[in-house]
Amino acid sequence: MAETTGAHVAAIAPAGVLRRLLRRKLALFGCAIIVLVVGGAVLAPWIAPYPPDEQLFEGLTLLGEPLPPGGDFLMGTDLLGRDLLSRMLYGAQTSLIIGVVANGVALVIGTLVGVLAGFMRGWIGAVLMRFTDLMMAFPALLLAICLAAIFQPSLWIVAMVIALVNWVQTARVVYTETTALSEREFIAAEKTLGASRSRILFRHILPHLVPTLIVWGTLGISVTVLLEATLSYLGVGVQPPTPSWGNIIFENQTYFQAAPWLVFIPGAAILLLALAFNLVGDALRDVLDPTQRGND
Amino acid sequence: MTALHSAAAPEGAAEPLLRVRDLTVSVRDRGVVRPLVAGLSFDLHGGETLAIAGESGSGKSITSLALMGLLPNNVSVTSGQALLDGIDLPSLPEARMRAWRGARLAMIFQEPMTSLNPVQNIGDQLTEAIRAHEPVSRRDAAAQALVALRKVRIPEPERRMRQYPHELSGGMRQRVMIAMALALRPALLIADEPTTALDVTVQREVLDLLRELQTETGTAIILITHDMGVVAETADRVVVMRQGRMVESAPVETLFATPSQDYTRALLAAVPRLGAGAARAKPLPPATPAPVARLMDVQVHFDIGANFLGQATHRVHAVEGVSFDIRPGETFGLVGESGCGKSTIAKALAGLVPHEGRVEVDGKALAGLTVQGRRAICRDIQMVFQDPMAALDPRMTVGVAVAEPMVIHGIGTAEERHARVADLFQRVGLNPEQMSRYPHEFSGGQRQRICIARALSLRPKLIICDESVSALDVSVQAQVLDLLAELQRETGVSYLFISHDMAVVENVVDRLGVMYMGQIVEMGTRDQVFGNPRHSYTTRLLDAVPIPDPTRRMPPRPERDLDLPSPIRPIGEASRRVRMRNIGEEHFVAEED
Repeated sequence: MAETTGAHVAAIAPAGVLRRLLRRKLALFGCAIIVLVVGGAVLAPWIAPYPPDEQLFEGLTLLGEPLPPGGDFLMGTDLLGRDLLSRMLYGAQTSLIIGVVANGVALVIGTLVGVLAGFMRGWIGAVLMRFTDLMMAFPALLLAICLAAIFQPSLWIVAMVIALVNWVQTARVVYTETTALSEREFIAAEKTLGASRSRILFRHILPHLVPTLIVWGTLGISVTVLLEATLSYLGVGVQPPTPSWGNIIFENQTYFQAAPWLVFIPGAAILLLALAFNLVGDALRDVLDPTQRGND
Repeated sequence: MTALHSAAAPEGAAEPLLRVRDLTVSVRDRGVVRPLVAGLSFDLHGGETLAIAGESGSGKSITSLALMGLLPNNVSVTSGQALLDGIDLPSLPEARMRAWRGARLAMIFQEPMTSLNPVQNIGDQLTEAIRAHEPVSRRDAAAQALVALRKVRIPEPERRMRQYPHELSGGMRQRVMIAMALALRPALLIADEPTTALDVTVQREVLDLLRELQTETGTAIILITHDMGVVAETADRVVVMRQGRMVESAPVETLFATPSQDYTRALLAAVPRLGAGAARAKPLPPATPAPVARLMDVQVHFDIGANFLGQATHRVHAVEGVSFDIRPGETFGLVGESGCGKSTIAKALAGLVPHEGRVEVDGKALAGLTVQGRRAICRDIQMVFQDPMAALDPRMTVGVAVAEPMVIHGIGTAEERHARVADLFQRVGLNPEQMSRYPHEFSGGQRQRICIARALSLRPKLIICDESVSALDVSVQAQVLDLLAELQRETGVSYLFISHDMAVVENVVDRLGVMYMGQIVEMGTRDQVFGNPRHSYTTRLLDAVPIPDPTRRMPPRPERDLDLPSPIRPIGEASRRVRMRNIGEEHFVAEED
């Protein structure tokens, strides 16, 4: 089988995909931002000018106000006199873990539930989808608060809580797509060839879900980063003083008018990261689609 | 009579209604301008029907959209004129064009379901269309709409006004579209494949209706079609187009009698004609005790509707007591109109829908098979679908698709499979170098060849062709049919050939069954059924087939009941079975009251 599928595999081999991906300007821009953020997060202990939670004496004015960007503090300082650049770098660790891990887990759960329900139909499908509806009807934030209250909040627990709240939409979308795909004629053609159910599922349905999953996955990153921020604000998220981009915004939002950079800089960072993932996701979807070949 | 009118009008005697000169329509794609229609010129007089005929990609539909000012965003008229009453249509500002559309020139499309608004009733849609162009009250417009519906002879027009598009049959919907188009008495009506989506008997009625309305209103018609039979039956003059250029333009009789261009000749030669099949001499495979497939009293039901307990309330009797054999090496045809159950039989045979009754393949009953047994039978029966683009996984290269059946059934090593795929590609007339391409990179005919190659890869005993050539252009259709016949001679495979097209069926089958409402009403050899049709439905089907010969135009037939009886019945109510009678030499006909 390896040989007969050789041509197919070669067409979507990682090297080829990456090359064609980087040929698109917008995707290149997105990749650059992602590399920058990941680099900053990983290298934070070495490149951050100050410890993230040290309250610096020189970080405040004589009146106890935070310093605007410039001078010793490239991004200014926050209300407690902590260096914002250092907090942003360490916060990138938290936000990336939440955005990638929580969102990834949510995507996996949602896809599993959606595909199984859409492909099996019958009572299995009905039970799975009614459960999904139930989860959807339950206020997500309330659910997250309950879950976070039960478990001791830590970064990983918060990531799992977010994943358990966020898989529902993915499941619904994947379910709809799977049912539509199952009705397509090439699936009927596969059945007449004698293909087994698992073969149809893995070789003919899942590949067609990839574009949808990429779009949902990249959109979900901004959603999860913001949800983490909300949870932090409510005191059930990542616990202070550990910085995350979301809790930097919420710690400082009441001083928005006096110190706009404290909200603007992490806000812009979240926006840029989400945008970067979306750009890369869109490009990836096009590159993986054989009917788009030659359009890049 | 309209034919006489145009023949009598000498060149330049009267000012033509529509004068198209050097019309060029181009598409702009990433900075490159490519013509879709180049230098097209023709005249159209009032009350005349001009057919623009051509295969897919000939630019015939683009021409009609250009005249209507409905071109897609990146497509535009780049030079030339289209003068309607001396006013150039492409240079008309959009606001003026909008006022003209519907009032001065109207259009009907191929698929009436998609051109009607599904959430608005027929009456409202008609009334709105009238009020968009004429300053009349809602009540007057409704009255006009009712008159228009009467004119297209829709039964119970008052009730139809309150109905929604999905409640009407296809033929009825197309009548509504015609009523809408003609309500404002436009000078020019463009009909783009108006009957392609309809059954033959309905097509016949819609064509008759168009002809009659034309004599009544004097509207000029541009008929866009790929069907030379329809051209011969309705047009006064014909423009044949190919790849955006006009090949030939002539009065219809001249074109059919003495075509001047090679392409026109080839196009006309490729048209399947009723009566041509008899010339194809081939000994009938003898009746054997071991048929490839045998159906005995097969029924397929679908339960629909649900009461509050979720129990079905109605049952669609899609296939009702069908029995026939398919012998080794023969082509067995199933014909009938949409909804008659012919495709459902194919699906039952391929195991895609559950059935009752007994289906035997190679002597083994399909029902009650284990998964392994089921899979083994798949090797003997393969299917070629109508739309090859839909039947191929768009994310798989065609080489992988053709090899897939062998992978599924664990046949051969990778090299052997590769060699076999290359061999199959050559056999169906494709280049093995194209194996690593994706389905969208091929033309429709090539894709169908790929599907045939895939069906052949397991060396099946029976291939089910479910409308396999219906979506193809006539010239491509002829090639694919030749390929199927050649493969049968080489491999001795049997075909179950399902089609709505009587002329095609007559050209390829050895024996056939005529289906109506889920049952076979006539069955026999090709010569028996086509030469001596005994059931009234068979004759009606045969009469409705358009004949590609303008000298043999049929007079309009009296109206029939428009609605087919419904195969849906409440649960528990049995459907009426026909009784088959052998009238000699295995020619079976259902008894009629």
